[in-house]
Amino acid sequence: MIEAVLAGAVAGGTSILFPTLGEVVAERSGVINLGTEGSMLTGALAAYAVGIETGNPWLGVAAGLAAGAALAAVHAFVVLFRGANQIAVGLVVTFLAIGITALFGQSYVGQGVVPLTDVAVPGLSELPFLGSILFDHDPLTYLSVVAAAGLWWMMRSTSAGLKLRAAGERPEVLEVYGSSPRSVRVFGVLAGGALAGLGGAQLATAFTRNWSEGMVAGRGFVAVGLVIFAAWNPLKAIAGAYLFSGAVALQLELQAQGSEVSRYLLQALPYLVVIAVLVALSRRRRHAAPAALQRVFEGSA
Amino acid sequence: MSPVANPGDTHPTRRRRPWVVLAAALGVLALLGSACSSDDTATASASDADGDAPTIGFLFVGPKDDFGYNQAAYEGSVAVEEAFPDATILRAENVPETAEAEQVMEEMINQGADIIFPTSYGHMEFANNVAALHPDVTIVHQGGLEPEPGLDNFGTYFGTVYEPVYTAGIAAGAATETGKLGYVYAFPIPQTLSNINAFTLGAQSVNPEIEVIAVSTGSWCDPGLQAQAASSLLNQGVDVLTQHQDCTKTIIETADAAGAMTVGYHFDASELTPEGWITGSEWDWGPLYVEIVQTILDGAFVDSDFNGDFRVGLQTGSNPFVQSAYGPMVDEDTQALVDEARQRFIDGGSPFAGPVVDQDGEVVWAEGEQPTYAEVEQMDFFVQGVTGRTS
Repeated sequence: MIEAVLAGAVAGGTSILFPTLGEVVAERSGVINLGTEGSMLTGALAAYAVGIETGNPWLGVAAGLAAGAALAAVHAFVVLFRGANQIAVGLVVTFLAIGITALFGQSYVGQGVVPLTDVAVPGLSELPFLGSILFDHDPLTYLSVVAAAGLWWMMRSTSAGLKLRAAGERPEVLEVYGSSPRSVRVFGVLAGGALAGLGGAQLATAFTRNWSEGMVAGRGFVAVGLVIFAAWNPLKAIAGAYLFSGAVALQLELQAQGSEVSRYLLQALPYLVVIAVLVALSRRRRHAAPAALQRVFEGSA
Repeated sequence: MSPVANPGDTHPTRRRRPWVVLAAALGVLALLGSACSSDDTATASASDADGDAPTIGFLFVGPKDDFGYNQAAYEGSVAVEEAFPDATILRAENVPETAEAEQVMEEMINQGADIIFPTSYGHMEFANNVAALHPDVTIVHQGGLEPEPGLDNFGTYFGTVYEPVYTAGIAAGAATETGKLGYVYAFPIPQTLSNINAFTLGAQSVNPEIEVIAVSTGSWCDPGLQAQAASSLLNQGVDVLTQHQDCTKTIIETADAAGAMTVGYHFDASELTPEGWITGSEWDWGPLYVEIVQTILDGAFVDSDFNGDFRVGLQTGSNPFVQSAYGPMVDEDTQALVDEARQRFIDGGSPFAGPVVDQDGEVVWAEGEQPTYAEVEQMDFFVQGVTGRTS
């Protein structure tokens, strides 16, 4: 059962890990994007639709990435060039995406897509226990872990990463050195939207092989919450996404095993786990927030 | 953390509001967009309406090609179109279960609708309101509960869904090798519980040892949760997966990928899993819709069965919920068992003819006892052999 829950945590966690990484990048640059849920939806539909029209799932993935970034561009423009409230715009952008994808997605409901199938890593996938948990997944799942490690390295060790962090911590310093915090933030939001779009693409074309209206079902909002859990660290985002998805897998496994625990309590389990961890870590996590982001929380511009 | 003003802040604070307003307006427009598009469909097909031929409107809560409930209702509307070639048919998809449904119905009446079929459970309240305002328009609501008496132009209808689910359970019970069947469902409401129980009793009629594992997703359509729920069930060794969900594709394909078998719901989805398809239950609304329309056109609606709470099953007529075609593994002996059960229901029997024992071993209906339709509509327990909780 542990093996099944952990394998389920990784398989189901990918569609949460991508948007969590995206939100880490956006918030590191100083912008909160509640449009992450919307970018996931547009990414899911674009990947599904283009996958069907072209018969090539990888073109679908590319379209999902682009669509997620395109929606984030709306957020970036309105927030960064027009100074609108980040929280309000993010929510509106998500509602916009819910409406648009419902409208344009209608004709794709029930249609079959060429899916991204699981690729067992030769050799490693035969390992007992770890093989099925880690090395028998769709390509985007491997990519999400590579992306997490790559972003961690980039933020820590490259000048681009330094600029990204500076935009979120001390934009004034960045400006002194001749860089525009706004440009960096635009990049952060677009990259974040692209990653969320990849999460939607994985959900639609690999994990569920299905498009249905509103199918992201809050995973984008969960990702925004997990950023705090992850203390804005891409590597810890892996733990956060898998912890949440593992709790989902655990509650379903417990139901399937005939657990006597209330069904309602089991369904609340993923959220209870995350809240419990957040409460335990809250003080440390709050200090980990990018400093310029704190000004957003406290309402002073 | 520092409240000190930030000299590097690039946010202009002027003109903040118009953009938020514009963005908000765009969002609202997009939300309305899905419903508006359905209105366009209605407008297009109503253009040739004349005084004599009836105009018949259909409201669907989802898209017409959802491999499920709405597709079936849509195909029923096509059957009406074919049976009454002079009639004008108006259709609106994705009509939410809100006051917007009322607006769509008013719009259809503006376009000359004489008869309206709101086909989703949550449309009932709004259908009732519109019926009260327009005595000359007949509204028949699909799946609703008993309407308040007094309206001569309103009624509800539905089929006894658990009958074909029971007979599909017989086929699943004969097909399983592990003796474990998996059921993914949304919420433990009476209609779902009666389906899961009917399926279990049908399977147990073949082999009393069969176990049905029921897992709830808490959602009518969340493909991500469906994929995980199906995996959990497959981990428990089930070799047949069935479901009570609105969107059914993910679960069927997950079962297919794992080499497990499927019993479908709402729609014949055998093309998704040609090898694994046992059978299923699907809607065949055409004959009932046509009969209702004919009754109304004959001027015989008032005080007819349809002017109330009409429930049709094998006992009372042709059940609009029918068993789907069989897959390759269902042999003739099994089909004979199914035919026998169906005949029993036609003759007045019920899938819930006693003895029916709940999970805790309490006898709910004793030998010789049989619940009425109203009692089945209040079912709140799992029968013995189901793994899962209703609370």
